[in-house]
Amino acid sequence: MRKNLFGYLFLAGLTVAALAAGTVKAADTPAPATVQANITSYKFDPGVITVAVGTTVTWTNDDDVPHTVTSTDKHFKSSGALDKGDSYSFTFTAPGTYPYYCTVHPFMTGKVIVQGTSGG
Amino acid sequence: MRDIDKRDEGNHDKERRKLLKCMAWAGGGVLWAMKGGVLQAQTLGAGSLAAAGSADFSFVQISDSHVGFHLEANPDVLGTLHEAIGHINALPAAPAFVLHTGDVSHLSKPEQFDTAQQAFKSIKTDGMFFTPGEHDTIGDDGAEFFNRFGKGSSGKGYHSFDYRGTHFIGLVNVINFKQGAMSELGDEQLEWVEKDLKHLPSSTPIVVYAHIPLWTVYQPWGWGTDDAPRLYTYLKRFGSVTVLNGHIHQIQQKVEGNMTFYTARGTAYPQPQPGAAPNPGPLTVPAGQLGSYLGIREIRHVDVKGPLAVTDTSLALG
Repeated sequence: MRKNLFGYLFLAGLTVAALAAGTVKAADTPAPATVQANITSYKFDPGVITVAVGTTVTWTNDDDVPHTVTSTDKHFKSSGALDKGDSYSFTFTAPGTYPYYCTVHPFMTGKVIVQGTSGG
Repeated sequence: MRDIDKRDEGNHDKERRKLLKCMAWAGGGVLWAMKGGVLQAQTLGAGSLAAAGSADFSFVQISDSHVGFHLEANPDVLGTLHEAIGHINALPAAPAFVLHTGDVSHLSKPEQFDTAQQAFKSIKTDGMFFTPGEHDTIGDDGAEFFNRFGKGSSGKGYHSFDYRGTHFIGLVNVINFKQGAMSELGDEQLEWVEKDLKHLPSSTPIVVYAHIPLWTVYQPWGWGTDDAPRLYTYLKRFGSVTVLNGHIHQIQQKVEGNMTFYTARGTAYPQPQPGAAPNPGPLTVPAGQLGSYLGIREIRHVDVKGPLAVTDTSLALG
């Protein structure tokens, strides 16, 4: 009887610990979001992308000519030349407004608006 | 020659633009008229300057080879480049040199520059001068381009040289693009041009070449150079100024006083006329017609005052 009680208490303790561990996991942040954008017909589509801090934006070039995704004020690394079918991704970790353009066709412009708090 | 200039200026603006679109102005006695997309010579008055032996010297302009492009508008840009080179090598008189007005490569990749450089070796000429296009300066401000094609330039890429009394200036307007703006030459380069021209007599024939048009052909597509008007102030005193550009893959022309501006066909693929499409992307044309949209340009200098004689040849003649 005592052994069974001990075994029962032990099992209860394990269950509480498991529940506690489960509760800690439920408080973790969800997986970071990703957003797809296209570069098509000499336009960034969508022209304005609004995302939460920690989001990765991926641009894919659909045009027959190369384009770049280049931050106007060098706030994020430029993509370099993207040929048709090439993609470029950047994860925005700080809130703010990030205008960008294509250095090959500078009349092409876009903007990423990042909302939230850093490290959130 | 001057009489015809005055007659053009008397026309309605739209008619004048149409006329300029169709004509390449040439040295005294010869009118080069565009028929069916091909420039042909018509003699005005006595004497034709079209004969090969009458030129003091000649040179060739080619442009927009886009080595590395492989899509529908032209799956074989290296093939059409070699065709263009064949046309150069078949000219009655070998050109003294060749000017390439940029977009040698499609993506600024070293292997694309190498392939182009290898093809250029087969041109029968004594020299070749280059100015980069925006496809040649992606990501490195032209380092790979200037490494191969920047001989004689300061490192910034702009340069000048003299040939038999004509002064040639190669300018760079494909670096430091600003968001939403057209291209620019920049203060440093313009100050260099002012100094470069300062002590030349006004009778010196001048040839200026750069990739993007040095006049506003079509602003919504970035077909122009924002600070070109400052360049004009240094050029306007000269009796003959020829401006040679590329970038738009078609022939457009403008006359402003003693300055005549020409853009050129490329050797790779056509682009639409200004505003004739939603964007300036590569234009796929019906099978068999590609050659008529690509070509080379021969320019002859004859020892008379005034503009140079310009002949555009399409690959369709080949």
